Amino acid sequence: MIDTSTVATHPLFGRLTLESFPYHEPIVVATFVAVVLGGLALVAALSYFRLWGYLWKEWFTTVDHKRIGIMYMVLGLIMLLRGFADAIMMRLQQAMAFGGSEGYLNAHHYDQIFTAHGVIMIFFVAMPFVTGLMNYVVPLQIGARDVSFPFLNNFSFWMTVGGAVLIMVSLFVGEFARTGWLAYPPLSNIAYSPETGVDYYIWALQIAGVGTTLSGINLICTIVKMRAPGMTMMKMPVFTWTSLCTNVLIVASFPILTATLVLLSLDRYVGTNFFTNDLGGSPMMYVNLIWIWGHPEVYILILPVFGIFSEVTSTFSGKKLFGYTSMVYATVVITILSYLVWLHHFFTMGSGASVNSFFGITTMIISIPTGAKIFNWLFTMYRGRIRFELPMMWTVAFMLTFVVGGMTGVLLAVPPADFVLHNSLFLIAHFHNVIIGGVLFGLFAGIYYWWPKAFGFRLDPFWGKVSFWCWVIGFWVAFMPLYVLGLMGVTRRLRVFEDPSLQIWFQIAAVGAVLIAAGIGAFLLQIAVSVWKRRELVDRTGDPWDGRTLEWATSSPPPDYNFAFTPMIHDNDAWWDMKKRGYKRPLGGYKAIHMPSNSGTGVILAGISVVLGFALVWYIWWLAAVSFVALLAAAIHHTFNYHRDFHIPADVVVRTENERTRLLSGQV
Amino acid sequence: MSTTLTAERPRGQAPVFHVVDEHAHPEGSSTMLGFWIYLMSDCLIFAVLFATYGVLGANYAAGPAPKDLFDLPLVALNTAMLLFSSITYGFAMLAMEKGRVSQTQLWLAVTGLFGAAFLAIELYEFAHLIHIGATPQRSAFLSSFFTLVGTHGLHVTFGLVWLVTLMVQVNKRGLIPANRRRLMCLSLFWHFLDVIWIGVFTFVYLMGMLR
Amino acid sequence: MTRFRALALLPLMAVLSGCNLVVMSPSGDVASQQANLITISTLLMLLIIIPVMVLTVLFAWRYRQSNSTAQYDPDWDHSTQLELVIWAAPLLIIICLGALTWMATHLLDPYRPLDRIAAGRPVPADTKMLDVNVVALDWKWLFIYPEYGIATVNEVAAPVDRPIRFNITSSTVMNSFYIPALAGQIYAMAGMETKLHAVINEPGSYKGFSANYSGAGFSHMRFTFHGLAADGFDKWVADIKAGGGKLDRDGYLQLERPSENEPVRRYGAVDSGLFKAIVGMCVEPGKMCMHDMMAIDAKGGLGLAGIDNVMPLMHDKLSRRGTAVLGPVPVYVAGICSTEELTGRAVESSLGVLNAPADASPISGAGLPRSSITPISAPAPAFGPRLTANP
Repeated sequence: MIDTSTVATHPLFGRLTLESFPYHEPIVVATFVAVVLGGLALVAALSYFRLWGYLWKEWFTTVDHKRIGIMYMVLGLIMLLRGFADAIMMRLQQAMAFGGSEGYLNAHHYDQIFTAHGVIMIFFVAMPFVTGLMNYVVPLQIGARDVSFPFLNNFSFWMTVGGAVLIMVSLFVGEFARTGWLAYPPLSNIAYSPETGVDYYIWALQIAGVGTTLSGINLICTIVKMRAPGMTMMKMPVFTWTSLCTNVLIVASFPILTATLVLLSLDRYVGTNFFTNDLGGSPMMYVNLIWIWGHPEVYILILPVFGIFSEVTSTFSGKKLFGYTSMVYATVVITILSYLVWLHHFFTMGSGASVNSFFGITTMIISIPTGAKIFNWLFTMYRGRIRFELPMMWTVAFMLTFVVGGMTGVLLAVPPADFVLHNSLFLIAHFHNVIIGGVLFGLFAGIYYWWPKAFGFRLDPFWGKVSFWCWVIGFWVAFMPLYVLGLMGVTRRLRVFEDPSLQIWFQIAAVGAVLIAAGIGAFLLQIAVSVWKRRELVDRTGDPWDGRTLEWATSSPPPDYNFAFTPMIHDNDAWWDMKKRGYKRPLGGYKAIHMPSNSGTGVILAGISVVLGFALVWYIWWLAAVSFVALLAAAIHHTFNYHRDFHIPADVVVRTENERTRLLSGQV
Repeated sequence: MSTTLTAERPRGQAPVFHVVDEHAHPEGSSTMLGFWIYLMSDCLIFAVLFATYGVLGANYAAGPAPKDLFDLPLVALNTAMLLFSSITYGFAMLAMEKGRVSQTQLWLAVTGLFGAAFLAIELYEFAHLIHIGATPQRSAFLSSFFTLVGTHGLHVTFGLVWLVTLMVQVNKRGLIPANRRRLMCLSLFWHFLDVIWIGVFTFVYLMGMLR
Repeated sequence: MTRFRALALLPLMAVLSGCNLVVMSPSGDVASQQANLITISTLLMLLIIIPVMVLTVLFAWRYRQSNSTAQYDPDWDHSTQLELVIWAAPLLIIICLGALTWMATHLLDPYRPLDRIAAGRPVPADTKMLDVNVVALDWKWLFIYPEYGIATVNEVAAPVDRPIRFNITSSTVMNSFYIPALAGQIYAMAGMETKLHAVINEPGSYKGFSANYSGAGFSHMRFTFHGLAADGFDKWVADIKAGGGKLDRDGYLQLERPSENEPVRRYGAVDSGLFKAIVGMCVEPGKMCMHDMMAIDAKGGLGLAGIDNVMPLMHDKLSRRGTAVLGPVPVYVAGICSTEELTGRAVESSLGVLNAPADASPISGAGLPRSSITPISAPAPAFGPRLTANP
């Protein structure tokens, strides 16, 4: 019999042994060496230029929503590189493993790679990008000085980083989950996945999930409570509206993920029977719960992006958004409906026909408000003066790409069609079509649109266009073959193939992935080139695109306090309205401004959480106990600090605003 | 901040585009709303646990059922402890409104004692169940029972830690606005746990005995 | 934008180039109806998708900044008629599609017995449905023919035009049973039985596989489905019977251990209660079956006495099993003198063989402690104290 008391856990190191370090895996070792060298170089450079103090004081401990927003974007970009490396490895394996060839990855590696790819892309690329943009833009759009709970914002960010750090650690210590990105039991249960992978998965998501939920609460409060006078709900910019709905979705869905993962970890750690096969457990319960979170999650990603497209289309068409009211209602309807469709992810579980058709039809109903949104953008372009700057190019590419993904999505919502397409590469093509063609294209539109606001100079258009065409063409080349393969009856997550006639399609897809890699490369190059040429690309007005909403009313980059005077709103295109009616920027009468002060507690709490997570993954009980007590102590200690704010003195405001006056009048 | 500023301005007059005589944002003006939203998200965690109990609660795996295990008089006593603690917390809030520090502290301490009694009884119940072999591992019913009730107990535990922290802070700084706000938040939290417990008592214990 | 359009035509070009789109041109009636449904739904949606794409390109071109002849109307942001159209047009299509979905979902419900074997050919009155019991194992497929008393691994056959009912379960994790040429897929889950009705209309050999990732050996979890003429099928059955070999519980417990790339195996005889025991997760002797457990639970459980009616879990698949580090020894519920247990007794003598694991080391993975295997010497300890004494 298995005697659990002998499941060897060393008192000091838990189940961590020398074997836990994959020093015998050449790929991992090479990656590790590269990361260490890169890390050392970075540390050396930061030390050489004496930037540590600056980074700590001005960035890591900042409670400024703008800096936190930028840090989210940096996190998303770094994790994109990791997630995309996984994608390339998968494409390469699938293009190679034919005719008896095992490819270059064994199951142990390949299964980790596709799991990590999904988890990273959703939780640590798309989510930080979306949260980062909302963080940066929403307070500016509503004329606020910061979010409702600035310290909480900093803490949320670092918790997200904590989750990402834990996932990166799993690359070099132990292994990641080999279960697919949603870790369905019984496979993810201790009986069939006894190694550390699923534990890394659980604790990384739990740590990041705390951050996401708190940031959701924070942004809801900000939007509800901190709007500038005059900005009624129906005068809010559409991006703010979609952000509000997104954050409602976050707060109303992430707790479900948290609870579900708690139940899974109880199964794994103490041997309860929630999702086991035996003793009354039900794996189907997990599948339902995880999708009750998982489906709203999809809309958490896409809704803010719909907001970005609305802003971009309206701005670059030089025209009011067509059908503002129906746009808002469409967003709200999508928010509500997103809770009524979760079962369409597992029609094949064998629910009755009536249940299946109910969820199929509710899914289709979502396409009505979504379709209305597309038409609204279309009629915003109608009779406009469209400037094809980069954000607008991404928007048009989105409209042409996303409708295809939407169509295949509705097709998959027809249960009998899903029976033949479920889990196939057709499904993979579908959700990449909406996540890349929707979310990612939108994020790029957003990044190009708001970059000048954040840094005071535009991004270089040439390399931007190179990146755009590589991405768009690369996407179509990479994923159209997957639609075809799905119709050829090829299922997902396969490592090796028998039928040689499939190989050509995988090779085409691999070419597409290489094109996308070039797109990412061009994007990074573009940032470097733009920083180099920042004087040529400079924007002194703070309003480079002839914008319509409040964020364009202040300087680029905005001062710490965003607005010297809180603006008053008369129209939902507030800044457009101000420009049209001859707004004069006030040149005097500045007062001291009340602002929140920085705090290092967020970094400390998140750091301790990572240690706690690591200890729990490896069964290092003493460390888990110590770090838990430390976490509690640090949190309580923080509550004894009552001095959390300060005033920016009036003369500093005067100096800042005079500088802007000088810039605006062009006497630089 | 009031939105009526602009609404009342008659048309035709030159529009005002910024607030001139601005007051500093009162600190913590969003705290109560934020805490409410947090409670609702916590409520969802309990909703998942209730749903899990609802689905798995009859899967006894040929083991004991609620009627074999639950001791209603003990649970009734337990419920009374928690309800009393809610009432005494109410008294603490009344004292706080009147600005009476020592009275507030006294009622908070009484609340803490009732909360601790609740926890002690619950721990006794758990220890008893585990002792007779009705462990969380025995069946899905017991897994979901222990988790639902235990999560509530864990919340009460954190509530107690928070309560003690706040008592120290009130002791140090008195009933300053920041401390009043914190006491209000804990009040919401405490009553929220009470409401959840009513659900647990009804749904798990009473209906379990009927099954 | 023209480059887009060319690429968007890729799937169409693929069809034209004549590659084998098995989902769109299957050989079974159920899958054919599903393929038709895909085509109809797609065409229905293209009614709105194509105009949107065309309008996007058209507006983007016509209202570009350099075209100063186009009308510019910066404040035009509302039109009630237009809004009605843009909400109504998708609504109408979804109403059509919704009605289609409701009907098709009920007609093509995998649990519903077939009423036709092909378009215009109802099931003849004297036709007897072919039952095939399917078990997803780590990582191969077991098929049991209750009617013929034979079993196969990684190979399944059915006569052309005879309705088939697959009764599907799994021994461990979730899989999905899928033969694209025959019919849609359905999950295989342990302790549960799902059903799939289908019929094959053309003879031939078709690919089948698991469509739900199930662990390391998933890629090789493939089988062949043969559609055979009636006499060919009879011969196939007779050959298997003549080939001999019997799949009993003992043999099943050996077979269900994790293995990859299994060759086709055939058994001329099979234990008649085996499939029921697999679904009940009680092939191991002395284990209570799922259906007995559920019947007892429906009557309110076994009371406090039921607490101790458990045995430490020690059987099977050791190389894949992990246990919760903080929990007590995992247990299973002991059977209470059921027929299953009686039949189970018969193989109890061979228990010794079963308890010795083939390979107790983990399949892979760094840092996994090796489970130590000790023979049963003492009775299972009480669980209460264990939990507290064994942190």
